[in-house]
Amino acid sequence: MHALYDLAVGPLAWLAFAVFILGSIYRLMSMRALALKKDAAFVAYISWPHAIRSLLHWVTPFGALGWRENPGVTIVTFLFHICLFVAPLFLMGHIVLFDTFHGWSWPALPDGVADTLSIVVVAACAYFLWRRLSVPEVRFVTRSHDWLVLALVGATFLTGVLAYHRIGDNLFMTTLHVLCGEAMLVAIPFTRLSHMLFGFFSRGYIASEFGSVRFAKDW
Amino acid sequence: MVAALEGPAFTMAVNGEAWETTFDKAWYPRFSPDGRLTVLVQADGDWTLAVDDVAWEEQYGYVWNTMFSASGDIIAACIQQDGEYGFSIDGTPWETLFENANQPVFSKAGNAAAAVVQVKSLAQADIATFQEGIFSVAVNGEAWDSIFVNCWNPVFDPAGKNVAATIRRSLYDYSVAVNGKAWTGSYACAWAPAFNPATGAVAAPVRKAGAWGMAIDDAMAWEPRFGQLWQQAFSPDGSKLAAIACTRFGEFTVAVDGTPWGVSFPVVTDLTPSPAGARFAALASEHNTNFAVLCDGKVWDGRYDMAYAPVWSADGAHLALAVEKAGRQTIVVNGKAYPQSFDKCYAPAFSPDGKLVLIRALAGGKCHRIVAPVTAFTG
Amino acid sequence: MKTIADRLIEDEGLRRGVGRLTPEKIQKVFKELVAGECGARMKTYMETCVRCGMCAKACHYYMSHKDPSYTPVAKVSQTMWRLFDADGKVDPEVIYQCAQVAYTECNLCRRCIHYCPLGIDTGYIISVVRRLCHKLGVTPQYIQDTAHSHSATMNQMWVKDDEWPDTLQWQEEESREEFPGLRIPLDVEGADFMYSVIAPEPKFRTQLIYQAAAIFHAAGVSWTMPSTPGWDNSNMAMFSGDSEIMARVERAHYETAQRLRVKRIVMGECGHAFRAVYDVANRWLGWKYHPVPVVHSVEFFWELIQQGRIKLTHKYADPVTIHDPCNIIRGRGLMDKLREVVHFLCENVVEMSPNREHNYCCCAGGGVINCGPPFKNVRIVGNSIKAEQLKATGVHTLVAPCHNCHGGLEDIISKFGLNMHTKFLGDLIYELMEKPE
Repeated sequence: MHALYDLAVGPLAWLAFAVFILGSIYRLMSMRALALKKDAAFVAYISWPHAIRSLLHWVTPFGALGWRENPGVTIVTFLFHICLFVAPLFLMGHIVLFDTFHGWSWPALPDGVADTLSIVVVAACAYFLWRRLSVPEVRFVTRSHDWLVLALVGATFLTGVLAYHRIGDNLFMTTLHVLCGEAMLVAIPFTRLSHMLFGFFSRGYIASEFGSVRFAKDW
Repeated sequence: MVAALEGPAFTMAVNGEAWETTFDKAWYPRFSPDGRLTVLVQADGDWTLAVDDVAWEEQYGYVWNTMFSASGDIIAACIQQDGEYGFSIDGTPWETLFENANQPVFSKAGNAAAAVVQVKSLAQADIATFQEGIFSVAVNGEAWDSIFVNCWNPVFDPAGKNVAATIRRSLYDYSVAVNGKAWTGSYACAWAPAFNPATGAVAAPVRKAGAWGMAIDDAMAWEPRFGQLWQQAFSPDGSKLAAIACTRFGEFTVAVDGTPWGVSFPVVTDLTPSPAGARFAALASEHNTNFAVLCDGKVWDGRYDMAYAPVWSADGAHLALAVEKAGRQTIVVNGKAYPQSFDKCYAPAFSPDGKLVLIRALAGGKCHRIVAPVTAFTG
Repeated sequence: MKTIADRLIEDEGLRRGVGRLTPEKIQKVFKELVAGECGARMKTYMETCVRCGMCAKACHYYMSHKDPSYTPVAKVSQTMWRLFDADGKVDPEVIYQCAQVAYTECNLCRRCIHYCPLGIDTGYIISVVRRLCHKLGVTPQYIQDTAHSHSATMNQMWVKDDEWPDTLQWQEEESREEFPGLRIPLDVEGADFMYSVIAPEPKFRTQLIYQAAAIFHAAGVSWTMPSTPGWDNSNMAMFSGDSEIMARVERAHYETAQRLRVKRIVMGECGHAFRAVYDVANRWLGWKYHPVPVVHSVEFFWELIQQGRIKLTHKYADPVTIHDPCNIIRGRGLMDKLREVVHFLCENVVEMSPNREHNYCCCAGGGVINCGPPFKNVRIVGNSIKAEQLKATGVHTLVAPCHNCHGGLEDIISKFGLNMHTKFLGDLIYELMEKPE
């Protein structure tokens, strides 16, 4: 198990970050090339001022019609995404790893706060799980891919929380947590999680069309 | 002008003198190139064409679209009689009329008229029959043997002997037919064909693999690399072929023999070949304003609120057109404006030697006809 | 859960179309379409949709049925996802279902763009499904017939070349009894604007041409109409998926305006036509901006009012409500000008809710009404939410500056017994304006 842990926090971590970063760059660049080649009559209307104006509405809770009409999803979605980024980035345990291997360090959140944020992510995943199972319009469009990405995120945070609270075999749980996290990183450029890369551009594009061609708001 | 008389009667007034004949309705007054005045008229519910105060004897359910041969000696018009469609040439209707006829053309020589005609009946919402083909092209009242799903833009060669048209053999298979014989080439789309006046070859812009190229006589002559390609025109000696081309989305220019000019504009129109010298002119604009004149790949300095179709001198040495700026119009020759401006300018004309320009204009309610030497355009 | 397969409707065009298909042929056409015409937009939308279901409430069909198979994402799920999942190799019956969803259960109204955080344009995806169906020859009979008319006559209703000028002259003659000096100026080169209409106007609703002529006459504007094809600004080929015919029609329309050397094109009160001219066909033709500026009637009337060219004898007294047509509100942002015009004309305006960019579609647009009688009930029952929205205003006059909206709303009003009548702005202006002697 130790060997596996060493592998996970060593070479596999390198690999995961490499795939995530290089894969993301590749996906973005190749999508840009495809847009220029095949969507010239649409790319031509991209207008950053309109895109930014719209994005500001969409990154504000209840700042767009869709958010207002779906209050439950809105609250959970914002909490989920904020915690999803903040908890792992400012978790002492993660910073220590980076410090150990690379000598990089930055301020950490108090452990209790990071723990709460992680629990929020797990709870949000449970909420999403419930929606996929019981809200008819969500269940209708849910496929195995959606379960997979939900499981990846959920498992990563759940194992993290369990490891922190020393529930179960700690080495096993920690190793599992690291492996899940790495799988999630690797999955980002190549699965539905790529909305993290493309979402701002797809929203920005349609905002440009609405703003600069159709003179209407898109939020 | 069309003059309204007492009561519901109309006639024509020429230089202040009214015709003797009156009509219930009159519209579409046009002068023929040989100076005769024509007008479409209705009397007792039937329509016909009147030429210099004399109406054609034959009357029709409706008459429209007066057309002239190049010299003006022959006059053609579209007619509808008892729900059937065709042409009347100098008052004589086609022997065969069709369920529908549109996109009429009349040859320069005046020897032939053609239109897209519907040769089979079509019941309401009968999409199956439509897709089997119900359209053809009729020349002088005789339809081609071949039938297509659609035919568009029939064109004559200068002698009026041959006709080419864009066709669609199925909803997806565009091509060109010449005298009823379709090309074998199949394209995703095609625009109007044009004849090479010297060789008789037929050129048409065609779309293949998402881009436009030029096919000549059923073979790809300009590889498909344009976003659009249309209004192609041969120089009268047949040596060069030019077309309006979109080189990038939103950027248009003129391509000559497949090579685009080095300047581009949001819109290019009115591509006009010179009668001699194989030169080309066109108009460029943005949003229907800021018009510029393109001549052989060069952009003239002037910018105008509106520009009208350019006219070449016979030798191709000079180019003239009417332009508008701040509500006033004038004539520009070789980029230089006439010193005087008018309320409205009509198309200019050159003397046969190209040294003089005829300006026809309205100003202050008066007609102006000015003959000015090319050197008088200095503005 | 129910799906589109549980509510198939027999249509001659769809049935005939699928009868000629095999899975292999479908796959070939699908792959060619994806390789040839789909780019980063389709790829991104297919990949990033997280299936959150937030768009459900955007769609009037879902809001009316509360059935999960009507949500925007469900429509994509039952069409494009299914095709991509099978790499295009599907049974012909699947194409029937795709066509029924794409042509009759989505109005391409784009309301769902206000709901999707990722900005996924479901209308675009459904348009591509329609494009595929067109390429496979599986299109509803009536809209296909309309596309055929466009291709053969350059107008929507098989209006022949003589019928058009004859109708205009007839309307001119009629209107001269009321306004002796009135003209419907044909082919006037250099007029300020070319007025273009949709073919149902000369065919069935000539009074709209009469009214427009009367308003322009009273306002003393310089205008013209072409006597030749190119006068019809409507475009059902855009909605049937026949982009090539769509472009041919629009090219004729723009080139007619260019030939007449008008400053701009003013379009009658139609929404889908505006979308075709202003937003869609120009792109296929390579024009980033319009070769001749395009102005919708709402904006043009607003200008006339701003310039004091329309004077009223009195204001419309009964309370009215405003329907915001998708194609000129979400499609052109005319909500403020529309309101200013209506408030100028009417004493009492009761807003419906939601309104402006968030308004519910009439359910007739996007070519749905043009799919004809077989699908009439789909769009009426599928928009009970609109009936509720209208009823809540408590008024009896509904202003809707769009032809398709009129058709759709009138059907809803009659089905749900709403005791309302619809009006165009032109109807109101004509009724209320000071008429020259």
